[in-house]
Amino acid sequence: MMNLARWKVILVLLATIVGFLFTLPNLLPAKVRDGLPGFMPKNTLHLGLDLQGGSYLLYSVDTVALRNERLTNMAEDIRTTLHDKQIAFTDLAVNNGEIGLRVTDPAQVNDAVNLLRRTVGAPLAGVAGGRDVTVATQADQRLRVAFVPEAFDAEASKAVEQNIEVIRRRVDKTGAKEFNPVRQGKDRIVIEAAGENDPEKMKSLIGQTAKLTFQMVDETADPAEVAAGRIPPGDEVVVSTDGIAPSYIVSRRKPITGEMLTDAQPGFDQQGGGGSLVQFRMNGLGARRFADITRQNVGKRFAIILDKKVISAPVIQGPIPGGQGNITGRFTPESANELSVLLRAGALPAPMKVEEQRTVGAELGADAVKAGTTSAVVGLVATMIFMLLIYGWLFGGISLVALAVNALMIIGAMSLTQATLTLPGIAGLILTLAVAVDANVLIYERMRDELRAGRSLIASMEAGFGRAFGTIFDANMTHIFSAAIMFSLGSGPVKGFAWTLLIGVFTTVFSAVLVTQVLLAWWFRAARPKTLPIA
Amino acid sequence: MKFWPLIKVLPVRTHFRFVRLSRVFSVLSIVAVIGSLWISLYPFKPPCGGLACGIDFEGGTVLEISTAPKPVDLAKARASLEGLGIGDVQVQGFGAPSSALVRFQQAPGGDASATVTKVQQRLTQSLGAVRFVRTDLVGPKISQELFGKGLLGLGLAILAMLLYIWFRFELQFGLGAVAALFHDVFLTFGLIAITRIEFDLRAVAAILTIIGYSMNDTVVVFDRFRENLRKYKRMPLGEVIDMSINEMMTRTIITSMTAILALAALAVFGGPTLYGLSVIMLFGITIGTYSSIYIAAPVIMLWGVKRGGDDEEAVPLKPATVR
Repeated sequence: MMNLARWKVILVLLATIVGFLFTLPNLLPAKVRDGLPGFMPKNTLHLGLDLQGGSYLLYSVDTVALRNERLTNMAEDIRTTLHDKQIAFTDLAVNNGEIGLRVTDPAQVNDAVNLLRRTVGAPLAGVAGGRDVTVATQADQRLRVAFVPEAFDAEASKAVEQNIEVIRRRVDKTGAKEFNPVRQGKDRIVIEAAGENDPEKMKSLIGQTAKLTFQMVDETADPAEVAAGRIPPGDEVVVSTDGIAPSYIVSRRKPITGEMLTDAQPGFDQQGGGGSLVQFRMNGLGARRFADITRQNVGKRFAIILDKKVISAPVIQGPIPGGQGNITGRFTPESANELSVLLRAGALPAPMKVEEQRTVGAELGADAVKAGTTSAVVGLVATMIFMLLIYGWLFGGISLVALAVNALMIIGAMSLTQATLTLPGIAGLILTLAVAVDANVLIYERMRDELRAGRSLIASMEAGFGRAFGTIFDANMTHIFSAAIMFSLGSGPVKGFAWTLLIGVFTTVFSAVLVTQVLLAWWFRAARPKTLPIA
Repeated sequence: MKFWPLIKVLPVRTHFRFVRLSRVFSVLSIVAVIGSLWISLYPFKPPCGGLACGIDFEGGTVLEISTAPKPVDLAKARASLEGLGIGDVQVQGFGAPSSALVRFQQAPGGDASATVTKVQQRLTQSLGAVRFVRTDLVGPKISQELFGKGLLGLGLAILAMLLYIWFRFELQFGLGAVAALFHDVFLTFGLIAITRIEFDLRAVAAILTIIGYSMNDTVVVFDRFRENLRKYKRMPLGEVIDMSINEMMTRTIITSMTAILALAALAVFGGPTLYGLSVIMLFGITIGTYSSIYIAAPVIMLWGVKRGGDDEEAVPLKPATVR
């Protein structure tokens, strides 16, 4: 080892300098950091949500609900189509992910099948004449209409992407920063938002489907019949939050939907009482339909339905041309504002459900940083004092220099890769550094063994490195396995813990072996010792 | 100075007869493992058995609330959450008297998010100024996945260690190492059950770390053991084991001490989040050191290892070649 290869020295110096440069931004106040020349690294450690405060939200997109909704719409199309061709049918219903119906006249079954095969669903991309639904005949004049599984999967996948787009639009409008919805797996969306102080508000903004429809109230329906469960065909019962009626019986037809809105703004009711409302404007198609409906149905009620709840059911006073109107209801200024944001950003194509949420307040995050820093300082100082007590200034000191280089490299690497540092990650860092001295201990003990076995000083030192290296390598490989497995387990804070352990393994082997070797070689050349101070 | 550096004062070589006591300790260990298994499994309630299941694996919601500077009125908080139709709501103090944890399950099929909102409203009504400093919500689908992943991770880690030791040493060594690992993992489960530390992803991470460190210790002892087996081919196996462990004694003590110092600092200063993690690791690393000596080595004794030939000739020492 006295033939200290030059590359080793260069490598050690290089690692120390680079480690220091990348660690430096963490030690400087933000002002100084911004003033650094352009070539200097500026990234500080990327703190996890548990340290800086923020929310992690995992949503699952409800593809079953999406399919049911598509099928329900399709069933209404089928109803209209068959009516138009005067094919009588009964039992039209959506069940177990498919539409079932029974054609009354056996002679019309074939006509019905051919008609539906031509008109229902959408053309399949890439297959001439193919459609994304299948129509099958069954015994007793029954028909089954279902999605082609692959076609629906593709559609669900598209819906997830569109959901992400809509979420981004919604949150952009509130001006939140550092916000990034990401798709995970087939039907999940992960949202991490740093520093958001009201996660419940954000959740209500993100999670609402915000599907708006205008549907006519069926005033001819007999409430007693409906109460007995006999809902007129083509109608549905929708619960109400308007504070006037508990529910309404409305037509299933949705002539106007949220997509037809071009703008929505919160406002105040100028005529009646000054309550909050939402003003909307529609595109050409919506405006035309709205004008038609209001002209044909003066004196009747239409229901404004948001996510299967009636917000209000005003009586049509007269024709409304121009496609502008107000949604009144029981709004506060905040809820009117929220609904306008939701309507402007558009509805989620598929409903979502919160599956996992981890929110940490900024105050708690600051506490965690404090606790982490205190325990790091105490733990490391204790380790250092211990090493000095055991091995003295020289050998103890060398292990501490190796430790310092190790720490620089870990923090530098974490800053460079912008890997997330979590509270358990800080624990991992402390533990890694405390146990990193193990490599020094192995080397020193080996040297002492060799000396005792009667070898010369220089041979003992050579052997100390040569033989201890195998042990150090094997012992650290075990950490790589457990850390890699931990990393693949997923969840944020634990991942941070695993990542620090993993980086630590590499820097530890490097610093303990190379740095220690270089330092010892320098000492040996300078002092020409006759014996080891630790022997 | 006479007592410093300490390394000069520590005994140069210990001569403990570890193997002689291995029978006693093996029996003790087996009893402890069976006991640990029992208390961590009984009453066999899925998914966590006798362990204090965290929401990571059981699903549910935990709110950490703070009414600082006032202390939390736990009874009032509890009373306000009755009749929400979400079953058993647990309210307990957490760290400072002004903090508390509220834990509950969402109603089956209901919207978890809406339940959280309702609970927050009730708490604000009854406690006045209350801050929700942390919200953890895990749905049933996710908790099942996390539990599966946790178990898979532990299994994979043990398997990876077996294969690595087998590859680097011999199968007997691998089996000894894995026996020691199972010993450490089961005893740690026992500790988690007794202390009622929450069993969640953090606990699994702590156990995985223990697996890493326990193996580290075992590998270091094995390494010396293998070397001595080659050197002293005629020496009885038990003596070689004793000699190897004694030779590594200083190192074992120093390394365990640094780890214990760091973990103790974490347990004392790291706050409630890191407390469980640090206690589990403190225990596990201590147990890991013990098991390298009293589990891994005796298993090799039981199994025996291939050896043969004579003692290596004592290598004639070359004259020192200082240039």
